[in-house]
Amino acid sequence: MNGAQDLGGQMGFGPIEMEKDEPNFHAKWEERAFAITLAMGATGSWTLDASRHAREALHPADYLSSSYYEIWTKGLERLVVTHGLATDEELKQAKVLVPAKPVKRVLKAEDVADVLAKGAPVDRPRQQAARYRVGDRVHTKRMHPVTHTRLPRYARDVVGRIEVIHGVHVFPDSNAHDKGEQPCCLYGVAFNGTDIWGPDSDPDLSLHLDLWEPYLDLA
Amino acid sequence: MSDHDHDHDHSDLSDTELRVRALETLLTEKGYIDPPALDALIETYETKIGPKNGAMVVARSWVDADYRDRLLADATAAITEFGFTGRQGEHMVAVENTDETHNMVVCTLCSCYPWTVLGLPPVWYKSAPYRSRAVRDPRGVLEEFGVRLPRGKHIRVWDSTAEVRYLVIPQRPLGTDDWSEDDLAALVTRDSMIGTGLAIDPLVKEPTA
Repeated sequence: MNGAQDLGGQMGFGPIEMEKDEPNFHAKWEERAFAITLAMGATGSWTLDASRHAREALHPADYLSSSYYEIWTKGLERLVVTHGLATDEELKQAKVLVPAKPVKRVLKAEDVADVLAKGAPVDRPRQQAARYRVGDRVHTKRMHPVTHTRLPRYARDVVGRIEVIHGVHVFPDSNAHDKGEQPCCLYGVAFNGTDIWGPDSDPDLSLHLDLWEPYLDLA
Repeated sequence: MSDHDHDHDHSDLSDTELRVRALETLLTEKGYIDPPALDALIETYETKIGPKNGAMVVARSWVDADYRDRLLADATAAITEFGFTGRQGEHMVAVENTDETHNMVVCTLCSCYPWTVLGLPPVWYKSAPYRSRAVRDPRGVLEEFGVRLPRGKHIRVWDSTAEVRYLVIPQRPLGTDDWSEDDLAALVTRDSMIGTGLAIDPLVKEPTA
């Protein structure tokens, strides 16, 4: 969706603010927000793609004026409510008002190291041959889905070149919306800066994005 | 962050704190989460996983040509040799800076970052100024980080749109031929592995982060 998250190429945000010896967390509540989000992800109630969509679906003004872990918190509130794990009233009162819905698993402290070390690979067995080959020129689609996508606006409707075939990966556009993994071929695609930004582009710039087959046509 | 964000943080901090506390209480009472697991998650990223991991990988690639080749051919497998595996590092790619080319990594759509080798991303990496500008004006961004690239040097910007995570291999500083792997690792900063910095030049010694 064309939400506030799609920031590539937007202007006016000012200088980058670095912090020397920055800590991982700037407050206790950030630690908790981080860990609660990961632990709820581990219940298997939604996909990582769905959690990204919950964050990008925040009102743009809310997204842009919230700190990072505020965005995570607001996204998580939305997820637990839309998945029937809690109600708005329960969140407001911080009290159980309706019985818990069963979840696939509950992350325990003794399993944390294993779960993190295993991760959640998204490559899948290949069912059919890749449509494009390395070196092919491809045209990214002109599209504006109201649902989740990982093709940023700045890289739509432009011509690039296949640099690498990563294999078959879970397709976030379907996986974010309970439509299954629909695995398809993922390509590394290179674009000239000038093809994306026009004559004002740095002439020495190239952009490299990982894009799924349904985003691409042969140029 | 802008002034606006700054004001916002101060005025809403207690509200956010309450919301997070409410979530933890409610989700714990409903049996979905277990607080000791939360503590373990936090402790892991506070103490075990961070940019020192990535620095070890880079230093090895500097001293061991075979390892460098393995890292460039299949970074996931080469990084697994150190035992750094798992979440947000499932599909790794290493990209190497050279005299001709500089690499820089961003996630314009959210905050994708190679956790297994760099830990959790700094605030600036997740913020609108970096995410908006890294793809359009990387040279300007680099100057803000104190890095001035020569004219004509090619800049490759990697936008992490999928679950592939990128590790930049910075150039090895000159005059370090007889350095040990451990000493070299100390020159490899977090920013040099994102591509917003260079490895520390021991003759200048001015680390960025």
